[in-house]
Amino acid sequence: MILLKNVLKKYKTASGSLTAVQDANLTIRKGEIFGIIGYSGAGKSTMIRLLNGLEKPTSGTVQVSGYDISTIKGKELRQARQKISMIFQHFNLLWSRTVEENIAFPLEIAGVGKEASQKRVSELVEMVGLKGREKAYPSQLSGGQKQRVGIARALANNPEVLLCDEATSALDPETTDAILDLLLDINEKLGITVVLITHEMHVIRKICHRVAVMEAGQIVEQGNVLEVFQSPKAEITKKFVSQVTESAEHKESISQMLDDPNSQLIQLTFVGKKAEQPVISHLIRTFDVDVNIVHGNISATKSGPYGTLIVRIAGNEENINRAIQYLDGEDVKSEVIQHAN
Amino acid sequence: MLTKLFPNVDWLAMWEATQETIYMTVVSTVFTFVIGLLLGIILFLSSPNQLWANKLVNWLTGSVVNIFRSIPFIILVILLIPFTNMLLGTIRGANAALPALIIGAAPFYARLVLISFREIDKGVIEAVRSMGAKTSTLIWKVLIPESWPALISGITVTAVALVGYTAMAGIIGAGGLGDLAFLDGFQRSRTDVVFVATVFILVIVFVIQIVGDFITARLDKR
Repeated sequence: MILLKNVLKKYKTASGSLTAVQDANLTIRKGEIFGIIGYSGAGKSTMIRLLNGLEKPTSGTVQVSGYDISTIKGKELRQARQKISMIFQHFNLLWSRTVEENIAFPLEIAGVGKEASQKRVSELVEMVGLKGREKAYPSQLSGGQKQRVGIARALANNPEVLLCDEATSALDPETTDAILDLLLDINEKLGITVVLITHEMHVIRKICHRVAVMEAGQIVEQGNVLEVFQSPKAEITKKFVSQVTESAEHKESISQMLDDPNSQLIQLTFVGKKAEQPVISHLIRTFDVDVNIVHGNISATKSGPYGTLIVRIAGNEENINRAIQYLDGEDVKSEVIQHAN
Repeated sequence: MLTKLFPNVDWLAMWEATQETIYMTVVSTVFTFVIGLLLGIILFLSSPNQLWANKLVNWLTGSVVNIFRSIPFIILVILLIPFTNMLLGTIRGANAALPALIIGAAPFYARLVLISFREIDKGVIEAVRSMGAKTSTLIWKVLIPESWPALISGITVTAVALVGYTAMAGIIGAGGLGDLAFLDGFQRSRTDVVFVATVFILVIVFVIQIVGDFITARLDKR
C-alpha cells in the first residue's frame, strides 16, 4: 500500500545542507492506522509530505497506492493527490467559503458535476456531524468543528489514504478524543489507510495499529503499538511511553521508595489477556515474600489493554530473587527499578 | 446665491470637468486593477518557494514595477508623450491621460497585490496543492477570493491616488477638474474656481473611499 525505500531528504539552506529524513524504510499496510511519533524537528512533517509529493525525496522511492510519488509529475501527480488526501493541524480551510463550499472544493478540482457534488457534500456533512452548520463560515466554528470540515473535505473524493498532519495538536483533550474517534470510525467503516504524525503518545495509543518512532530524521523503532508499549527499545520510545503511563509526581515518589534495602521495587507490564492471570496471588502463595502494591495503571490501546503495576517485594534476599525469577518465567514482563532510572 | 458666492464659476464647465475626472479615474482604475493583478500574480508565483519560482522572471518583473513606481508622475507624463502620441495620435484630452495614469498606477497596485497574496496562510496554499489543484485553480479560486478584502482596499487606495494623478495630468491639458482649477482658476487668479474644483475632487475621493470600505467590509468573512 505505502512503501518507502531508502528515502533521503536534504534541504539546501543558506548555511549548507540539512538532512530532514534519512534511511527511511517503511511499509504501511492497506487499511491500517499507522502513527509516526517524534518531537518537533524529528523529520515527521517532511516524512508525511513525502507521501503526497508536497516534498520530493533527494533519493529513494516513495510508493503510495500504486503511484510512484517520487517520480510522477503534473497531471498524474494531481490525480494521485485526489486519492491521497490530507488534514492539517491548523485546518487550513478557505475563510472565504462556507462549510459546504469548503467541502465541495476538492470536488470542483476533480471536475464533479454540480448535482453530484451537492449530494456528496450533504453525505459528508452528515458523516462528520456538522448538520445544520453548512452555511457557516470557518470563523464561526470551533476548532473541533473546523477539523471536522477538514476531514469531510479530505474524504470528498473517496481517497484511499488519509494523511493527518498533527491533526489534533491544536485541540483540547476532549475535542482531541472526539476527532480521534471520528478518524477511527472512518478507518473502520470506509477502510481508508490512515497515516498520522504526532508528538502525543496518547494519540498513538488510542487509535494506531502500528507506530514508527522518529528521532533526528531517522526511524529508530517501529512495530505494533502494543509491543512497542510493552518493550520500548530506544531511549526516546521509553520517554514517549512514559508520557501515558507515568506522571512526574509518580516518578518522584518512586525514587523515594528505593532507599529501603530489604525490599525491591518491581515494575510489571501486562498486555492483553495476561492482565487477567492471577500472577500476584500465586507469587505470594509460592514464595515467602510480602507484596505491596505501590502503583497501578491501565491504558487501553487499539489492540487491547496495556497495564503496568509497580509492586514492592519484601523478604530475605534469596526469596526475593526467586520471586523475580518466577516473574521472568511468566509471560509478564518484569523489571527491577533501580536508582538513576 | 451661488453666483454671488462664486462669481467666476462656470457651472456647466465645472460639471463637464467633473465628468472628465470621473471618466479618467474609472477607466484608469479598471485597467490598473487588471494589469496590477496580473503583475502581482506573476510577482507572487515567481518568488522563491512558490509554484513558478523563477529568479529571472521575478527579478525582471520586480525591476519594471520598481522603476515605474519610482518615477514621479509628472515626469512620467512627459516621458510618455511620444508613446501616447503614437498610441492615440494626440496628447490632449482625457483619453491621452490614460496611458500615463495606468502605467503610473499599475506597478503601485501590483505591489499591493503581492502584499495581499503574501498575507494568505501558507498552509491554505499547501492544503489546496495537496488536493491536486492546478495552478489556475489556485489563482482564481484561492489567491484572489482569499485576498478579496485586501485587493479591494488596495484598489481603493490606488483609485484615490489616481484622482490626484488626473489633476496633475490636467496641467498638461488632459482636461478634468485639475485642468480647470489650474488654467481657469489659478492662472487667472480666480480663487473661487480653485475652491469649488477642490471641493468636487474631495467629494469624488470620499465617495471612492466609502464605497471601497463598504465592499471590503462586506467581503470579509474572517
